[in-house]
Amino acid sequence: MGRYVIRRLLQMIPVFFGTTLLIFLMVNVMGDPIAGLCGDRQCEPGTAAQLRSEFGLDKPVWQQYLTYMGNVFTGDFGTAFNGQKVTELMATAFPITIRLTIVAIVFEIVIGISLGVVTGLRRGRPVDTTVLILTLVVISVPTFVTGLLLQLLLGVEWGVIKPSVSSEAPVDELIVPGLVLASVSLAYVTRLTRTSIAENARADYVRTAVAKGLPRRRVVVRHLLRNSLIPVITFIGTDVGALMGGAIVTERIFNIHGVGYQLYQGILRQNSQTVVGFVTVLVLVFLAANLIVDLLYAVLDPRIRYA
Amino acid sequence: MRGATQARWAACAVAVALAATACGGGDSGGGGGADGIVSSSWGDPQNPLEPANTNEVQGGKVLDMVFRGLVRYDPKTGEAKNEIAEKIESTDSQNFTITIKDNWTFSNGEKITAKSFVDAWNYGAALKNNQKNAYFFQYIDGYDKVHPESGKASATTLSGLKVVNGTTFTAKLSQKFSLWPDTLGYAAFVPLPKVFYTDHDAWLSKPVGNGPYTIDQYAKGSSMNLRRWDDYPGADKAQNGGIDLKVYTDNNTAYTDLTAGNLDLVDDVPASQLKNVEADLGDRYINTPAGIIQTLAFPFYEKAWDTPGAIKVRQGLSMAINREQITDQIFQKTRTPASDWTSPVLGDEGGFKKGLCGPACEYDKAEAKKLIEEGGGIPGGQLKISYNADTGSHKEWVDAVCNSINNVMGNNKACVGGPVGTFADFRSQVSTQKLTGAWRAGWQMDYPLIQNFLQPLYYTNAPSNDGKWSNQKFDDLVDKANAESDKAKAVTTFQDAEKVLVEQMPVIPLWYQNGSAGYSDRVENVSLNPFSVPVYDQIKVK
Repeated sequence: MGRYVIRRLLQMIPVFFGTTLLIFLMVNVMGDPIAGLCGDRQCEPGTAAQLRSEFGLDKPVWQQYLTYMGNVFTGDFGTAFNGQKVTELMATAFPITIRLTIVAIVFEIVIGISLGVVTGLRRGRPVDTTVLILTLVVISVPTFVTGLLLQLLLGVEWGVIKPSVSSEAPVDELIVPGLVLASVSLAYVTRLTRTSIAENARADYVRTAVAKGLPRRRVVVRHLLRNSLIPVITFIGTDVGALMGGAIVTERIFNIHGVGYQLYQGILRQNSQTVVGFVTVLVLVFLAANLIVDLLYAVLDPRIRYA
Repeated sequence: MRGATQARWAACAVAVALAATACGGGDSGGGGGADGIVSSSWGDPQNPLEPANTNEVQGGKVLDMVFRGLVRYDPKTGEAKNEIAEKIESTDSQNFTITIKDNWTFSNGEKITAKSFVDAWNYGAALKNNQKNAYFFQYIDGYDKVHPESGKASATTLSGLKVVNGTTFTAKLSQKFSLWPDTLGYAAFVPLPKVFYTDHDAWLSKPVGNGPYTIDQYAKGSSMNLRRWDDYPGADKAQNGGIDLKVYTDNNTAYTDLTAGNLDLVDDVPASQLKNVEADLGDRYINTPAGIIQTLAFPFYEKAWDTPGAIKVRQGLSMAINREQITDQIFQKTRTPASDWTSPVLGDEGGFKKGLCGPACEYDKAEAKKLIEEGGGIPGGQLKISYNADTGSHKEWVDAVCNSINNVMGNNKACVGGPVGTFADFRSQVSTQKLTGAWRAGWQMDYPLIQNFLQPLYYTNAPSNDGKWSNQKFDDLVDKANAESDKAKAVTTFQDAEKVLVEQMPVIPLWYQNGSAGYSDRVENVSLNPFSVPVYDQIKVK
């Protein structure tokens, strides 16, 4: 187990360098970011040259990348064009997005898995059909439609929530955005759980458990659900990274100043320091989430061993 | 039935969660009346908040509340009026003596002296400080020494600036420029307190100025709370207790917040809401002219566009654009068809002249086609209009302009749009002369002067003359206008220069842009100044 973890951690190193280099090259291909800094007028040649050298943009790309990576290892992610340290931007953006992601994941787990279990145990019954149709609707409607609709209905028409999230973004304000963000994944979690439960319900060990005379609740939760969760956990694990990086639409609609917003701003302003910094951290989150998922397999199914 | 029980639990959890959210919703702002706080939408400033480093509207908004300079533009008429300046005098339009009033201080108590200005201007002009508005000091003698186009600066201060005593300083310009005092209302010319230099980081995190508001709290990238400064020495004291600026990720969300009653003021009504805005807000919707003009620019560094024939083609293209229809249907009348190269906010005295462009800016299908064909047709056979596709919904109007041209030419390939991914990339292609066709151009005035609409854009090798157009007659007239000591004469000479633009059509004027804003029924006396920034200090809370 320990060796497995170490091997996985070592594998992360090339992935880390590869992704950052790719992002770095991609942002650089987009052209000269200084040109956009002076609005619809041209920056003065003197000022532009000075800014270019300050952000290291006058050097060849490989040298920029090496300097950047060198700085990253000392905890310096560079400076955004508005004069703020990228680490400062991260310190404000990540907590908000992490909160939003947690809200979304909780919805996925609580609603998604419960619905999945209910429908999985009642295949073909009206409950099952209803939920299946509902999930189909949720999957096919784009997030920005659900988001804007909920914002309009709950925020403006009924006044149940504020249409926009305040800059502190406390958890209670994130519930509706979290639900919107979770909606599509939630539908997938429901369907995955349902299929898995339905399949395992006929397994030998479930029959044995029932034959032993265990209470139904114990059979479902301890035996059936635990084993059925493996594909679901895999999905949720990869979803953590996707939710954090892909929250741009939801964050824009509900005015959440999180990672998605900062990335969007960074790309618009072609601020390579911001974009590369945030993506680097997202890559790390993604890798860590995947590792945790892999380790959870053994907890869920003791037959799985790591070497 | 256990499963069903679980489902019910989940449903309850959601209900409780929603109820909790409801508790989170509350009303905005404090009390009403003179101490009432106004909440307003904001965008994340692109640059650090330094007066000489802020060149876009979001940062400019704050500077306008926190700073006052020698001169201030009247929020209604745009006229330059002395604020801190007692008088600005010159006998030769080149050497100016500036005397300031004695009673002004910064909000931290420091007295404002002639030195507060001279130091701030030297800071703004110096190359090493990276100030994006450094070129505002270009007319002052010695600018080329402290801010050379390349290489190192050979001086640290502008030789043209001299402190005479506590309340007087002199400025020597490198050329005659009679309207120069009128430019001093721009934010780059405000005075700065000592703490700006001694503790720069602290100042940046909470700027200290001399305006009607002080900054109470500043969370970079998300919000700023400004409060009325009770000891403010100026005449335009704030009529409310303060302004809470809130950064929005999307102006649609700000608009939604306004309609839900969570926000008092939105100073940028999103294009997609223009259809509903009258119904939503009634007379709480403002749509007034701003000092912004949009144009179509051409590459004169490309031989094909710099021929006598191409002049006719450009005039023909200008006549092929149905400005009236596009401003009505696409912009819902938030733009006005342009008939000169300035802006209506200048007023007749300031140099705006409706119809100066004449028939060349009027839609005339037959004449347009004739002119284009006489001029030898569109160079390359097709007009490509480049624009940035990331913001400002440029695609819609560029497509409409092309449709209009294609209709006239009877050829639906005569004009096409050329989207560029980001604004930065678009600007870098424009400013490095990479574009071979036309591109969308826009100009937001720095100060309400006709000079500002002409010289930086069309003078030979001027900083924003991206198309590299050059015309001796135009340059001579601009020089002559700048040397004119009588303001009215200067303005008419600038208009003569503008008539050269009618003959040559180096860029096609499209339309003047309006500022649009909406406000809640909690506030009143809301208006936009000629820069399309709300006049915050005049807003009253009911």
